[in-house]
Amino acid sequence: MQYLLMLYSNEAHWANMTPAQQEQGMAAYKAYTEALKKAGVLAGSNRLRPISTATTIRIENGKSQVLDGPYADSKEQLGGYYLIDVADLDAALSWAARCPGASHGTIEVRPVWNMAA
Amino acid sequence: MNRAEDNQGYACGGDAQARSTADAVARRSYGKLVAYLVARTRDVAAAEDALSEAFASALQHWPRDGCPANPEAWLLTVARRKMIDSTRKRSTNEGAVAEIQLLAEGLNFAAAETEIPDHRLALMFACTHPAIEPSVRAPLILQVVLGLDAKRIASAFLASPAAMGKRLVRAKNKIREAGIPFSIPERTELPGRLDTVLDSIYAAFSEGWSDAAGTDVVRRDLAKEAIFLARLVAELLPEQPEALGLAALLLHAEARRKARRTSLGDYVPLVEQDPSLWDTQMIDEAEGLLRRAGTLGSIGRYQLEASLQSAHVYRSRTGHANWAEVAELYDALLALTHSPVVAVNRALAIAEIEGAGAALRSLQDLAGDARLAEYQPYWATRAELLAKAAAYDEARRAYDIAIGLEHDPSIRRFLQQRQSALPRPDVSG
Repeated sequence: MQYLLMLYSNEAHWANMTPAQQEQGMAAYKAYTEALKKAGVLAGSNRLRPISTATTIRIENGKSQVLDGPYADSKEQLGGYYLIDVADLDAALSWAARCPGASHGTIEVRPVWNMAA
Repeated sequence: MNRAEDNQGYACGGDAQARSTADAVARRSYGKLVAYLVARTRDVAAAEDALSEAFASALQHWPRDGCPANPEAWLLTVARRKMIDSTRKRSTNEGAVAEIQLLAEGLNFAAAETEIPDHRLALMFACTHPAIEPSVRAPLILQVVLGLDAKRIASAFLASPAAMGKRLVRAKNKIREAGIPFSIPERTELPGRLDTVLDSIYAAFSEGWSDAAGTDVVRRDLAKEAIFLARLVAELLPEQPEALGLAALLLHAEARRKARRTSLGDYVPLVEQDPSLWDTQMIDEAEGLLRRAGTLGSIGRYQLEASLQSAHVYRSRTGHANWAEVAELYDALLALTHSPVVAVNRALAIAEIEGAGAALRSLQDLAGDARLAEYQPYWATRAELLAKAAAYDEARRAYDIAIGLEHDPSIRRFLQQRQSALPRPDVSG
């Protein structure tokens, strides 16, 4: 089954880190990504640019409304994702727990709804 | 044991016998059949529907054709066919084809096997998975493993049947769609995950037990069902001391049910109970389980609580005061759980050893705990200790609060009697 691990964390923390700390953080994610690859479970992954770059849009009464900023203005923001393919929820949760993001933020684990089948 | 299989060879002589055979199989094997059906598909609701149709079909066929030699296998085969049919009807896409193959696999196997593999434990681990909302775990296990209907479960858990039904459906959907595994966790994870199973069984028992008089049939039965589950887990995981501990605890509590109320329905505290009313068979079973747990070399909450029950029973039976041992058990339990409820019970043991003053001092640290402000036994215990320390006015006030918090009329009466037995303030002096 495919699961999307959504990484939520406080962006401000990253900005406040020293370059050395940031480097260390990047290395941890790199190692994690390598481990996922090696285990053959990684289906996709990306980091997102900060919410200051986010734009939301919806159509209301036939008119598009474009707004600057993220959909939900919360303390922790979606900062990236991993798409993994594993046997069951327990396997997905154990990968999510290893993700560096679990230590400095929150990871939401969602099963992918396969529309192709 | 295998009551239904005793029918082997002769026909069900009519509706009554077919029904009783079906009832016996339902009673003994419901969870086993659901677990077997669910193991491949993870679809609990579909398995339950198929099984209930299979039971209905049995009641049609068995009176006419005679009871099958292996009623469980018969029901399983019919239920599998129903599941395949409904999957076919639902859709014709690729996913459904794969599901049908999974279901069809082992269809003949099931019919041929005399003993159906027991996946109930895996099913219980799925129902009490950390990804399932904690408050629905106990209801879920009662429904899926024992086949209790939502209405009965709802009334025991003081919820509306509609709301309970919705929560159960939601949990079953989560099991299927989130891919919650049907397996017994790895050895290293087992003790932690087992806790959620045991806690859910304990919760089911507590709901059933709060009606100590046993006048409410739904609740009384729930306690029995919980004991069935606890025994089952202890039997399937005989190397897990906490599983044995829970079974011992529930059996000890259940053994004293009759002694807990007078024939008039009045509450009887443990110290005043008549030990001849206790169920000695249950106590012996509990003691055996506890001894076995003790040899496995790992202590836990349920073993400690069962040991406390065991110590109370020993004291009442022999008249030998064992308060030091009881206090030690409470100390260990408190260190493990940090529960203010444990601290309240511990105070009563301290009172027996060091006097009411020391017991009241031990409760002082808890005074600020918001959880206790509405906890009746805290106030009743305080009142009892204050009375012992001859602080009658304060005792009276503590009894007032305890009485105001209690919902069981017989315990309320008991507390009122205690309160009115306090010496009156000396007005002449």
